[in-house]
Formats: sequence, structure tokens, C-alpha cells
Amino acid sequence: MSVISNTTTITSVGAPSRRNTELALLVFAVVIPVFAYANVGLAINGKLPSGMLSYGLGLTALATVAHLAVRKFAPYADPLLLPLATLLNGMGLVFIWRLDQSQRLIQLAKYEYGSFSPSTPKQLLFSALGVALFVGVLILLKDHRILQRYTYISMVAALVLLILPVFFPPVFGARIWVRIPGVGSLQPGEFAKIILSVFFAGYLMVKRDALALASRRFMGLYLPRGRDLGPILVIWGLSILILVFETDLGTSLLFFGLFVIMLYVATERTSWIVFGLLMSAVGAVGVTTFESQVQGRVNAWLDPFAVFTTGKGSDQVAQALMSFGSGGIFGTGLGQGHSDLIGFAANSDFILATVGEELGLAGLMAFLLIYGLIVERGVRTALAARDPFGKLLAIGLSGAFALQIFVVAGGVMGLIPLTGMTMPFVAAGGSSVIANWALIGILLRISDTARRPAPAPAPSPDAEPTQVVRVQ
Amino acid sequence: MSELTLTVMRLGFLAVLWLFVIVAVQVIRSDLFGTRVTQRASRRAETGTRPPQQRQQAQATQRQQQPPQNNRARRGAPTKLVVAEGSLAGTTVALQGQTITLGRAHDSTIVLDDDYASSRHARIYPDRDGQWIVEDLGSTNGTYMDRNRLTTPTPIPLGAPIRIGKTVIELRK
Repeated sequence: MSVISNTTTITSVGAPSRRNTELALLVFAVVIPVFAYANVGLAINGKLPSGMLSYGLGLTALATVAHLAVRKFAPYADPLLLPLATLLNGMGLVFIWRLDQSQRLIQLAKYEYGSFSPSTPKQLLFSALGVALFVGVLILLKDHRILQRYTYISMVAALVLLILPVFFPPVFGARIWVRIPGVGSLQPGEFAKIILSVFFAGYLMVKRDALALASRRFMGLYLPRGRDLGPILVIWGLSILILVFETDLGTSLLFFGLFVIMLYVATERTSWIVFGLLMSAVGAVGVTTFESQVQGRVNAWLDPFAVFTTGKGSDQVAQALMSFGSGGIFGTGLGQGHSDLIGFAANSDFILATVGEELGLAGLMAFLLIYGLIVERGVRTALAARDPFGKLLAIGLSGAFALQIFVVAGGVMGLIPLTGMTMPFVAAGGSSVIANWALIGILLRISDTARRPAPAPAPSPDAEPTQVVRVQ
Repeated sequence: MSELTLTVMRLGFLAVLWLFVIVAVQVIRSDLFGTRVTQRASRRAETGTRPPQQRQQAQATQRQQQPPQNNRARRGAPTKLVVAEGSLAGTTVALQGQTITLGRAHDSTIVLDDDYASSRHARIYPDRDGQWIVEDLGSTNGTYMDRNRLTTPTPIPLGAPIRIGKTVIELRK
């Protein structure tokens, strides 16, 4: 029996760089969508799709470029964020391509617009742009604390982005689009969430002490002083204005919810959450009573199947619910569902219904878990970050991501009224893919800074192993 | 394409998707950095000449739970010896029925890096009933349990501090 080898010592270690783990997961994350692509082709046409090689190579190229950029410019960054985002993006392309194959949707597009153009090539182009922006963020943003200098500039930029859609004609009832002639249309809300996180992080880092400490205790809650309510009232007012003028619940909820989350994290005061929930409830109820567009959404949420009897409104929510229902636990199989009955926006706002129908509850849960893991890695990054600005920014970005998933998934599944937002990475939509790749890039930058091992401390003269000579 | 192939592909795809999620969670689990447990015998060989300050700096505040390896151990019996204070703070030794010697001599189980310790200072061993006993081996500065200097072999209660110079050790479950 050995005697000495049982002695153990516990030492603290920094995080290893984990780049090879990331590479292995990334291979996995490319193979799964290619498998899904082949599966869709076999199910619809009975043969492997012709574009399989180019699709696989395209996704591999995107993943390789992103991975090499991380290896070079953020070697200690989190190993999970990039593979998770790649998998979602790849699966999104598969689902969009699958809906492009639907004869029903092609007919609908020809009937409404006179022509049909497949969304997959566009989405692949936007993914490439997104990865390019991701690499750009990693190269240009050497240190996330630089963003702190642009606190108030980003406030102005975010306000402009949020207000801009008001001056453009509403698209399908909601003014969340900016149409640039010759270039296409843009959803500025997607970019605003990143810029807003920067502003809130910079602002709350400076003001958190005043908001956290000056308060009176009342019924177990810390009530802030009246004058400290100013910022939250301003943000609340703005989000109500967005709701009224853009008639979009999603942007409004994201904007206000993000502020409340960051306020809570910055001040550790539960009372802000109570205030936030009360204020958003009051605002939502108030606006719903006199805004017909929002009212229509709420009615569709309260009774989604009424459309089949009254014939008024859209049957999208009802069709989405039936998609989820016919998917069951294991789904109908890729390419074998009928989620194209949703019709318009089946491949953007409602893409989750296709996931739910063709992969079933099991697949949908896997998707939601992958989103959850991205949020978890963001929060983990915030915990590991050493500077308060980085902490707040990481929380803000992952909070905005989580809120967006909640708002979209909740809307499609009938938990909350439907909004015009898209599922990050999976849904068709250029702004969404590009903005979310940038968001992942910033998170990777913060996590690289957080996980980078601290430089070895300079040897202090006291620590030198000198002989101590006792004089006495 | 046959129905069977499509069903196999459908279930296979879900399995692969979940495998990815599980692998990702495993990566998170292995990514909980902070402490590492190393064998002290091999560590000493490479870093034995480092001054104690540096070693102390490398020691984490957390104490890793050693899994109990002695199946015959009674309930409530200590399973490990923990150095609670001194330059070796954080070191643990699994108690597996062997005698543990303490002192500055290099062949001791726990080599004390302590000006007030003797070469062969004390030993800790189980008696026939499995009760752990501490015995002072005629040290210069003495071995203390709580405040009392030990003169005879003494049973060690769980968690009682045994002080040798600046080093304090305890037996824990």
C-alpha cells in the first residue's frame, strides 16, 4: 500500500484556452445541419439535394473563418458560444431552405408579389456578412472597455435607431422597418439592442450607487427616492411611445425589459423588478385599450381559433399552434410537416413552428436548450468579468438575447401576444443574423478578457528566499 | 425514399441533436475552472525549492472533498487529515489506515516547512479499534491539542486542532 502518494495539494488554476474543444464542437455543429439538409432532400424529393456540397462547404467556410479569427484574436474566449451560434445558424438555413421547397408558399408568393425568390441564398449571404462583422468586432474591438467611452453617443444612436422606423410606412401593421432604396430594408431594433446595452452598462456603472443606496425600506422592499425614479420613468415613457407609434410590442418589451434587468443587476434591489413589472403591466393595458393594431394582436392571442368562425384577422397563430400539436413528441420528420400552412412569415417570425412540427417537442426543447446555453455562457462571462462595465455589458447582451427568445417563442406558442421579432440566428432576416453575430462577437471579446490568465505578479523583494539573520 | 429510412433518420437526427447538447453541457462542466488537485509527491519533485510564500499563494481557499476510500471506515470516522493553517494550508491527506508522520525530515508523510518543528515531530496512527491517535515523538517545541501540550499518545476527536509550530492540522470527515 502506498503511503506517500495520497498527499494532495489544491492549487488555483486559470482557465485553459479550450480552443481545441471549440474546434471539435464546431465540427459537430457543421455536421448536424448538413445531415439535416440531406434529410430534408431525401424526404421531399427522394434524393440528396443538389446544393448539398456547396451548402456544406459554405457553412464549413464560415465556421473555419470564425474559428481562426477567435484563435488569433481572442484565444481565451468561451469555447461554447461559437459552436452554438454556428449550429443555430446552420439549422436556420436548413429550415429556410425547407420552406423554400414548399409549393404552397411558392404559389402564395406568386399570387401576392407576382414572383417567388428563394430566401436561402439571401440568408447564406447575410450569414456571411454576419460572420464578417463577428470577425470585424474581434479584430477592431481590442478591449470592450473602449465602448465605455461611447456611452452617450450610443444613447443618441440607439434613440435614432428606435425612432427612425416611425418615419417609414408600416409593413404589415408594424413600423419596425427602415427601407433604404436600392439596398433593401433594415430592422434597426436588432442593432439597437446591442447599442442600448452599451449605453445602459455605461450609464448604470456610474449611477448605480445613487440608485442602490439612497432608498427607504418599506414593507420589505427598498423604495427608491422619488428623484431616482427619473431614469426608469424616462425609459418607460419611451417604450410606451414606441408601442404607440410603432405598434410593436416586441421592441417596446425588449427595450424596457433590458433596462429593468440591468438596473436589477447593477443595484441588487428587487424593488426595481417589482416597479418594472407594475409599470409595464400598466403601460401594456393602457395602450391596448386604445390602439387598434395592438388590440388585434391581443385578441388573436386570447382566442387564436376565433378566426375560423369570424373570418377576421389572420390565422397564423392558430396554424402555428396546430403545427406544434401535429408535431407531437418526436415530430413528423424534417421536410414532412405542413407548417407552410402558416403562409406569410412562416420562415421568419414563425420558424419555431416548423421546428416544433418537424422535430417535435424533443427537437424544440433541444433548440431552446441551445439558446439557453448561449444565455448561460453570457451570464457566466459576466460573472467572470473583472470590470463592472464588462459585467453589465455581458449581462445586458445576454439579457437582450434571452428576452428576444422569450418574446418570440412566447408569441408563437401563444403564451404572450405575438410580436414582430425574429428568432435569433434561425429565422430568415438579414438584420437579425448580422446583429446577433456582432452580439456573439462582443460577448467573446468580454469573455476573452475575463478568462485570460492574469500576468505573473512582479517578484516582490519581501518574497525573495533570503537567509534571515537573527541579530538578537 | 422508404418510410423506414425516414423514421430512422428522424430519430437519428434527434439523437444527434441531443448528443450535441449533452456534449456542450459536459464542456461547461469541465470548464468550471478555479482549483486543481495535484499529487503532492510529484509536485514537490518539480517545485520543491520554491519558497513557501509562493506556494501559499498558489494554494486555493477552497478545500476539495476527498472521496472516502476506506470502505471499512465506521460512520463518523474521519476520512482525511487537513492542514488548516501554516504554509501547507489546504493540503489534505486521505486516511487509509496508514501511519502519518509529521516533521521536517524529508521522508515524513507531511514535510513541515516550519521553523518550530523538529525533524521527526509527531505521528498519527490508528489503533486497533480504528481510533486515530496522535503521539509526540519527543519534539523540541511540543505538539499541542487545543491548548494542552501532549505528553502521551492521545485519541484525536473529529475537528480538534493539533498545533505543531505554526501549522494546525485537523481530522475531518
